[in-house]
Amino acid sequence: MKRPPSNSILRPAVSLLILMTGILGVAYPLAVTGVARVLFPGQAAGSLIVRDGKPVGSRLIGQPFSDARYFWSRPSATRPQPYNGLASGGSNLGPLNPALTAAVEARIAALKAADPTNHAPIPVDLVTASGSGLDPDISLAAAYYQVGRIARTRHLTPGRVRALIAAHARTPWLGVLGEPRVNVLELNLALDKLR
Amino acid sequence: MTAQSVGLLALFLAVVVLCTKPLGLYMANVMEGRPIWPLRVGARFEALIYRLCGIDPAQEMGWKHYAIALLVFNTLGGLLVYGLQRLQFWLPLDPEHFTGVSPDSSFNTAVSFVTNTNWQGYTPETTMSYLTQMAGLAVQNFLSAASGIVVAVALIRGLARHSAKSIGNFWADITRSTLYVLLPIAFVLALVLVSQGVIQSFSAYKSVTMLQPVTYQQQKTDAAGNPVKDAAGNPVMESVTTRTQTLPMGPIASQEAIKELGTNGGGFLNANSAHPYENPTWLSNFLEMLAMIVIPASLTYTFGRTVGDTRQGWAVFGAMAILFVGLFALCNHSEQLGNPRIAALGVDQAASALQPGGNMEGKEARFGIASSALFNTLATVTSTGAVNAMNDSFMPLGGFVPLFNMMLGEVVFGGVGSGLYSILIFAMIGVFIAGLMIGRTPEYLGKKIEAFEMKMSSVAILVMPFIVLLGTAIAVSMAAGRAGAANPGAHGFSEILYGFTSASNNNGSAFAGLSADTVFYNTALGLCMWLGRYWPIIAVLAVAGSLAAKKRIPVTAGTMPTHGPTFIILLIGTILLVGALTFVPALALGPIVEHLILWGR
Repeated sequence: MKRPPSNSILRPAVSLLILMTGILGVAYPLAVTGVARVLFPGQAAGSLIVRDGKPVGSRLIGQPFSDARYFWSRPSATRPQPYNGLASGGSNLGPLNPALTAAVEARIAALKAADPTNHAPIPVDLVTASGSGLDPDISLAAAYYQVGRIARTRHLTPGRVRALIAAHARTPWLGVLGEPRVNVLELNLALDKLR
Repeated sequence: MTAQSVGLLALFLAVVVLCTKPLGLYMANVMEGRPIWPLRVGARFEALIYRLCGIDPAQEMGWKHYAIALLVFNTLGGLLVYGLQRLQFWLPLDPEHFTGVSPDSSFNTAVSFVTNTNWQGYTPETTMSYLTQMAGLAVQNFLSAASGIVVAVALIRGLARHSAKSIGNFWADITRSTLYVLLPIAFVLALVLVSQGVIQSFSAYKSVTMLQPVTYQQQKTDAAGNPVKDAAGNPVMESVTTRTQTLPMGPIASQEAIKELGTNGGGFLNANSAHPYENPTWLSNFLEMLAMIVIPASLTYTFGRTVGDTRQGWAVFGAMAILFVGLFALCNHSEQLGNPRIAALGVDQAASALQPGGNMEGKEARFGIASSALFNTLATVTSTGAVNAMNDSFMPLGGFVPLFNMMLGEVVFGGVGSGLYSILIFAMIGVFIAGLMIGRTPEYLGKKIEAFEMKMSSVAILVMPFIVLLGTAIAVSMAAGRAGAANPGAHGFSEILYGFTSASNNNGSAFAGLSADTVFYNTALGLCMWLGRYWPIIAVLAVAGSLAAKKRIPVTAGTMPTHGPTFIILLIGTILLVGALTFVPALALGPIVEHLILWGR
């Protein structure tokens, strides 16, 4: 077979790469941004929650809670602080790693110390770190587990706290798509509004 | 298996099957340049590109010309990504003022993105400028995917043509697969993802005031930013309280769409598809999963259609689907079972109407067990390597599945294009073995499979195990390699084995505890990615060229049919035999021994 002349490869390669960078690397993201800004401005900008004119968080990004008056989020393995928006990630601890068992034990102890009379088994998502370290949700089981503590510290009836969870609960669509969960930041903001 | 996971799998597969024929047919038309309406609409734009680049789309290429064009185009792409990373500080769209990336990390990332691997040794939200991400990384997300598609198309042509000297025009193929297949689907998907909450913004990072302050320990630094150490040389810690949370921004949705569609998998953010800004809802998750598999699945139809017998394509699809269901079931079952050591602490891991239960370490509440197992299985049977849960924290057999998926050579749907061309190579090896057993000349789709094809097929298949096992052996024998493992014992070995398997298969997922942003790992894994991608591609193109030149021989009573259940079983057997026999010893040292320690008495 005749060898192809070298400029029959280099010229198309260089010019096609430049053109494609323009189309795929500049025009395409700008076009998506332009349309997204018109159709879904709130989502494109990060689904921020604004209270009294100030952003207090994003509906999609969790926050750490340790006050007994608030629903606690899932443990977060981000460093140096939990729920660090600039260092998303999980613990990456293997299932046999003693550090994992030790971390779970410490979380169980903290939950029990905040609510000594609660002897219900602890839902697993409340003592295991999420994959992103920014999980905005807890399972409904994890929310209901915390009802007694919240009701006591806020002088509310447990029924009222349960009703608040139920009002914010999301359940699987058709029983298959999605998981039973509740957004912790939204739940706590609603809790602060209760009188 | 919970009812939910069975339902999710059934629904997902049904949607995939529904998409396979229309998209496969569309791609067959696009790649043969038939005058369907998108091609008529785009014809003038396409012609303009060819004119500007000095391309004659009608000029057919032999396999060597085709391979050289691909290698040159990908190498130049790699150089561009390298340059953008090193120079990003001086370039626009760097609102967080990130400095240039280190030479070894830039090399690793450049190779990683041109080879469709998307292995990430760096932390994106504190490393890469918006420009580097969109004009460097995302462009290669498109072009590396298109490179895979064109090699598959060239091999299909090799099977479909006869007595031909050429296998197509590389420049036209890559332009068409990008403009007519990848770009329009990615555009629509990106917008749907934004509707779900994936961000698309060029603003600087945003600060919010949290509801409750957080107090934590961090290393004390002096005025120059160096860590302060006490007399014993230990770092001094200080207590910090803050109410500020900084949220990363960026043009994420546009990149997320092609990240999944092109089976790339490189996250805009460190937590990848576990991050709520990349994957906020069950719908975004479902669509991202669909995007990973839809092109590899549809290419089986493109194949059947182009060789003139769609049953051939469905047979390949069937073999892939059977393997896929088995692999998902094992992963899902292991994760749903949960961790006995955590159960022993009195933690409730049972699935109920109120919680997914199971092993939730490293998983997101909105995905639970079924969606996490399905996503990560899909990301490793295809060459995506995205994660929506951390593989490193999977149960031993749950983490075995993604590892084994890659070890099979990513032929279960596989990467865009690469999955199809790899499984067709396995098909040829399968008919060759069957031919030996019954003492007849092996043939596939009317083409005799002879010594040259078998040599090239062996080269294509054996390079991956060779570099995986050699790389792992070198890494565990060197201090620089062992230093990367984060977990003690067998799990640390699994992390290293996983890293080399992922790089050599151009997958890009990780047991992410591995500290891979070191000179050793950046270099070693960079070489694995390069060899693991282009060595098989050259061999596959050689097979394509050789098959195209052959005469078609008529079907006789002695021809083994390659569209029935016998062939499907033969194909599955070949894949499992090659994959399992090569890797069982290494797997026994990693996930298998870990499983026995955890559940044994």
